[in-house]
Amino acid sequence: MMLRLAPVLIVTLLVAPILAGLAMALLPAFGYLPALGGEALSLAPWRALAAQPGIERSVAISLASGLVATALSLAVVLLYLAAATGSRLDRWIRRLVSPLLSIPHAAAAFGLAFLIAPSGLLARLASPALTGWERPPDLLIVQDPWGLSLIAGLVIKEVPFLLLMSLAALPQLDAERRVAMARSLGYRPAIAWLKVVAPALYPLIRLPVFAVIAYASSVVDVAMILGPTLPPTLAVSILTWFSDPDLDQRFLASAGAILQLGVTATALLAWWGLERLMARLMNAWIARGGRRHGETSLRLAGKFPILLATGIAFAGLGGLAITSVAGFWRFPEALPQSVTLDHWAQALPALGGPLASTALIALCSTLLAAVLVLAALENEQRTGRTASKALWLLYLPLIVPQIAFLFGLVVVMEQLGTRPTHGLIIFGHLLFVLPYVFLSLSEAYRRVDPRWTQLALTLGASRNAAFWRVRLPMLLAPLLTACAVGLAVSIGQYLPTQLLGAGRVTTVTTEAVSLAAGGNRRVIGVWALVQACLPLVGFVIAIGLPKLLWSQRRGMQGAP
Amino acid sequence: MTTPHRLELRDVRIHQGDKTLVALDTEIAPGEVLSVMGPSGSGKSTLLAYLAGFLAPAFQASGRVLLDDRDIGALPAERRGIGLLFQDPLLFPHLSVAGNLRFGMPRAGADKAARVDQALAHIGLAGFGERDPATLSGGQKARVALMRLLLSAPCAVLLDEPFSTLDTHLRQEMRRLVFEHLREAGLPSLLVTHDREDAEAAGGRVIELSS
Repeated sequence: MMLRLAPVLIVTLLVAPILAGLAMALLPAFGYLPALGGEALSLAPWRALAAQPGIERSVAISLASGLVATALSLAVVLLYLAAATGSRLDRWIRRLVSPLLSIPHAAAAFGLAFLIAPSGLLARLASPALTGWERPPDLLIVQDPWGLSLIAGLVIKEVPFLLLMSLAALPQLDAERRVAMARSLGYRPAIAWLKVVAPALYPLIRLPVFAVIAYASSVVDVAMILGPTLPPTLAVSILTWFSDPDLDQRFLASAGAILQLGVTATALLAWWGLERLMARLMNAWIARGGRRHGETSLRLAGKFPILLATGIAFAGLGGLAITSVAGFWRFPEALPQSVTLDHWAQALPALGGPLASTALIALCSTLLAAVLVLAALENEQRTGRTASKALWLLYLPLIVPQIAFLFGLVVVMEQLGTRPTHGLIIFGHLLFVLPYVFLSLSEAYRRVDPRWTQLALTLGASRNAAFWRVRLPMLLAPLLTACAVGLAVSIGQYLPTQLLGAGRVTTVTTEAVSLAAGGNRRVIGVWALVQACLPLVGFVIAIGLPKLLWSQRRGMQGAP
Repeated sequence: MTTPHRLELRDVRIHQGDKTLVALDTEIAPGEVLSVMGPSGSGKSTLLAYLAGFLAPAFQASGRVLLDDRDIGALPAERRGIGLLFQDPLLFPHLSVAGNLRFGMPRAGADKAARVDQALAHIGLAGFGERDPATLSGGQKARVALMRLLLSAPCAVLLDEPFSTLDTHLRQEMRRLVFEHLREAGLPSLLVTHDREDAEAAGGRVIELSS
């Protein structure tokens, strides 16, 4: 009977905090928050918001970086799938997708920053031979006013996400036969893929694409590391106002949160318009019936950008590693003159607490999410009803900008007198962990042959025994993978930890991001590297444990 | 397993919307194998699903199913005492051969291990207990699946085209083995098939379903 409650519980857990949070951002945005002396509705917060210097530019950067980063990421993924499906590169990339996805946004952003900064690895490699620079140039590359490095940082992380979502959706489409059919009509492979598979694939990855738009247009941690500073993006400004010791600024921050909601909604709307336009262009392109022209350039456009994105992500991690052990390192030497463990030794005593908090929060939220998701999926199997219509609700925490509702949620918690604790943060992380755990486990769960359960039942096992003794062990590998994804999501969370913990609970991620402002490269290198490696532990266990447990069971090797 | 069991289908009708798929009124004596034949789409599998307790919500059924005079129509699948032999052996991939055999054995009964060894010897697989089922040949898997069914001590058995995936030579051997064991155990059995040779080998009555 508890099972019946699971879907309801999940929906409530996801929807209620978002609605409550949005409501409590909306009221103060119009001046109403009795706790802070706002007794009457007014437009004062909006006037204050409009008077903020550079607010238009903040909004424009948020909107543009969201749309451009999403369009670039999607283009890279689709072109790659068109050009490289089945190639050796493809096998490589598929293996790298999960580890790439597991790198927290902040760590990837630091990696990129260390790579492209005026004194970063790229400048060092090219100097002085190519550039003639004898000292770091006075250029604003990282945190450039146009948000280009911000966009680059987002693309690096969103490409693996969209790629994984596409790879999960593709088996439904029977892509190989579609392409084979088109090729028999004379189409070259990449053109065939774009013309017969891409139009069918897009509707299946539409929600993940929306999630990317929402994320990219409202991200905080990446924007704090790579985004422009004068003015920063809207989301970063909101956080600054919210954290201001002057509590009156909260009204301003609330108005900002609602504005952010509008910015993200505008981005989604604009995307919808782009979709329409692209659909027309695609239809015309398909109808024209070209079969060969452009194949070679398509193949290049498919392979080069994804290699670049993957290469930058890993080179960035390498850069973090080198920096964290660098002693004296004169520009433009490519490698440090001396290597030292001093920075690690200094950081080590401070790492313990945040590391323990990170692990506790990640493990608890993932465990809760796994239990809820298993209960919901098992309930679905027993009742024979799929909750496909409720699926978009799962995406709600991913599509409503974090900063817009988390922030109201803090106000709700303050009103209820809840103190910031680990428990509260776990609950906050659950909002984002749960959708990802559900999305990564549901496919495998639904694909299990129903005859296994029927067989167990006809052998006299109860429904519960069939679950514990048959379905769960058979699904161990995908379950562990889903948990690893959940852990990675939790470990990477910055804003929920920062806001719900009121800055009093530090995790590896909040610590790393807060170091961004300080600018001590060596220390940042240590923390960002630790942050990047933590999720990998989960994936190593998720891949290794089933191999170990089922080493004597060939039928379980490489099972779904 | 020597107590004889009897399966009665009293005025069983399965509908899908307005269409009647199956209408059957018969009884199966202890040790008898009743064959139900028909082309695909004739409702054979639906009949099996109904008897085993897995009828999909799209179908409606009326009538009574009596096992030893007990109406089992409303019982959940695991309490019906009806065993099922599928097209594929479906040995649990995460359990050993012995683990598969033990899976369905009633909890009570002390000498489980001894009975498992005995059963394995009986089907010519002595010493295979700790083997990974994935390493068995097709015929060996089929025999383990049969033994697993018998060890779960069912009161009646449903056979869902259990020989269709085997090659010709193996098929004849398995037919002999399965029907022999079912008769020996005195189990009323219902075989669903589209292969006339299956029905002939079963040696019981044959009911034809039209599409």
